[in-house]
Amino acid sequence: MRLSRYIAKRLLLLIPVLIGVSIIIFTLSRMTGDPAAAYINDKMTEQQIQQVYDKYHFNEPLINQYWYWAKGILQGDWGWSKIAMQPVDEAILYRFPVTLELTILSMALGIPIGITLGTMTALRKDKAFDHIVRVISLLGVSIPVFWLALILQYVFFYQLNLLPAINIYNPVEYSAKDIPHITNFLIIDSLLVGNIGLFIDHVAHMVMPAVTLSFGIIAILIRIQRNSMLEVLNLDYIKTARAKGLPEKTVINKHARRNALIPTTTVIGLSFGASLGGAVLTENIFALPGLGKWSANSITHFDSTSILGFVLFIALVYSLVNLAVDIIYAYLDPRVKLG
Amino acid sequence: MANTKKVQKKKAAKTDQAMPKKRPKNPKVEELIAELRPRIKEYGDSLRMVVHNPTVMLGILIISIIIVIALFAPVIAPPDKNSDPYLIPMDFILPPRAPGVDGFILGSGDLGLDVFYGIVWGARTTIYTSLLVVGIATIIGLILGSVAGFYGGRIDNILMRITDVFLSLPALILAMAVSSVLSKDINSIIFSLIIVWWPSYARLVRGQVLAIKENTYIEAARAIGAKNSRILFRHVVPNSLTPLMVAVTMDIGSVALTAAGLSYIGFGVETGYAEWGRMVSDGQKWFVAGYWWTVAFPGLAILLFTMGFSLVGDGLRDIFDPRMKR
Repeated sequence: MRLSRYIAKRLLLLIPVLIGVSIIIFTLSRMTGDPAAAYINDKMTEQQIQQVYDKYHFNEPLINQYWYWAKGILQGDWGWSKIAMQPVDEAILYRFPVTLELTILSMALGIPIGITLGTMTALRKDKAFDHIVRVISLLGVSIPVFWLALILQYVFFYQLNLLPAINIYNPVEYSAKDIPHITNFLIIDSLLVGNIGLFIDHVAHMVMPAVTLSFGIIAILIRIQRNSMLEVLNLDYIKTARAKGLPEKTVINKHARRNALIPTTTVIGLSFGASLGGAVLTENIFALPGLGKWSANSITHFDSTSILGFVLFIALVYSLVNLAVDIIYAYLDPRVKLG
Repeated sequence: MANTKKVQKKKAAKTDQAMPKKRPKNPKVEELIAELRPRIKEYGDSLRMVVHNPTVMLGILIISIIIVIALFAPVIAPPDKNSDPYLIPMDFILPPRAPGVDGFILGSGDLGLDVFYGIVWGARTTIYTSLLVVGIATIIGLILGSVAGFYGGRIDNILMRITDVFLSLPALILAMAVSSVLSKDINSIIFSLIIVWWPSYARLVRGQVLAIKENTYIEAARAIGAKNSRILFRHVVPNSLTPLMVAVTMDIGSVALTAAGLSYIGFGVETGYAEWGRMVSDGQKWFVAGYWWTVAFPGLAILLFTMGFSLVGDGLRDIFDPRMKR
């Protein structure tokens, strides 16, 4: 009961945040140029152009324009994306799964590695292994994502020719017709239509982007898991568990690691949000048709309708993820009170 | 045993004699010294730990080398007198030449850009950008955060809702959106990163201030009739500085990374500007064709700069974290 009230309160607080974000981005996007440009082409007559202005109210004061835009968002009309050549909401629906798949794959790769290494270093504090892993984790937070991506491409594509460098499938083998759009997650869709060849091809294309993005996650998780494990190992109940003669393995696995995972969970949630930002760079370098590549394209081409659409969408996703993190945290650690 | 006791007695006697000599005449100065003494002692202890911490020292070494390179850039890589020193000289000779050929220490890149010159002057760009961003964002965060935390109520609520708005977007995306409306130069990167960074500092300071406000010494200061402003600036703010400093040190590296990412995608500076992220994207098309030096060196420079600050910040966090001290 208390939980549902808390969630309701947080969702209500989300409304002013989204309004604030949209006002900031709306103001910014109107500073960059005429929003009507997305709807006008060379073949239009003067009268048709006037119609565009009338239809989207681009001649009216900024406040009215914002009002019509917000009304459109609520009614499901997110406008036309010049870059994607499709309605903005449809563009998001097509592209978000690619970004989400990339993020989930990189987390699936990064979480086990990060937590295992973090636990191992805590148990070997100040030994050589600890120092080596610490340097690796510092490298992970310091390395520029785009540089790492380029180096991976250089080594595994240009030198060794082991993995494909760009795109999410091989366009020579598969034409756009062959690509199923059921859930828009190609990794699921290819299996749903039973195209194993496409599935393998797709997975091979996702290896390098996922590894690139997972590097940062691994680095942060090592750090957090190591610290929280060290903290837990000093607590009284671990001493009790040891004193009553439990085998060290049980003490570590059942008593220490489980509790040490609580702060780590929060960081996992937060890094999920952060990897949405990292996806912008990764998708651009590996030419993945996701939200990140589209957003960078729209911003550099001043496509204001697209910018508004995805910024609002990303803010929504980001805030919901943070809310989920807070709820899971309170669930895992009963001492935390939601308020 | 007896010896040490004697020494202790001697010491005690010495300080007793020394005290009246040292005592300053001005009571205000005396008060200030008394107030500062424990703090100085604490910083002295911390300094000793910093010097004995190998990771921090390694970080300081890396940062110092980069700072020296930046300071002596006009000597190390003399610019042409008639042009902007931040524009890398180019001779349009392609394909890129390998390191060591034609006097190019680190090779040449796209349009015949001198990679070594770019790395040297890029150090200036990166230090200037990241320090300015972090410095201004810290000041804004410190002022707004301490006001919000100390006064609470409606001011707090409004300020925190504003930070919510800024924190509801990933840093890189917000920075891209802001810098897209600004002119194409290094200042647009700086401005957009300040917009991105101040809210997290405001949050951090506010949290600190809220915790400090509950301490007995604040209550004591209030009881003896200290004004709000005195409590805020003499007691609350100084005590909230340590975690802020650790966060700032760690962040200088992240700011440099994000700035490089921004200019890599194409925001801010143009082709040929001495900025490491821009150099990576300029060299990219040659890199994949086997001209590895066009991308390898600028990327390595970003990595080292960020790593230097991560090493220092990482060590400082261990040193200043009170839980680790025990």
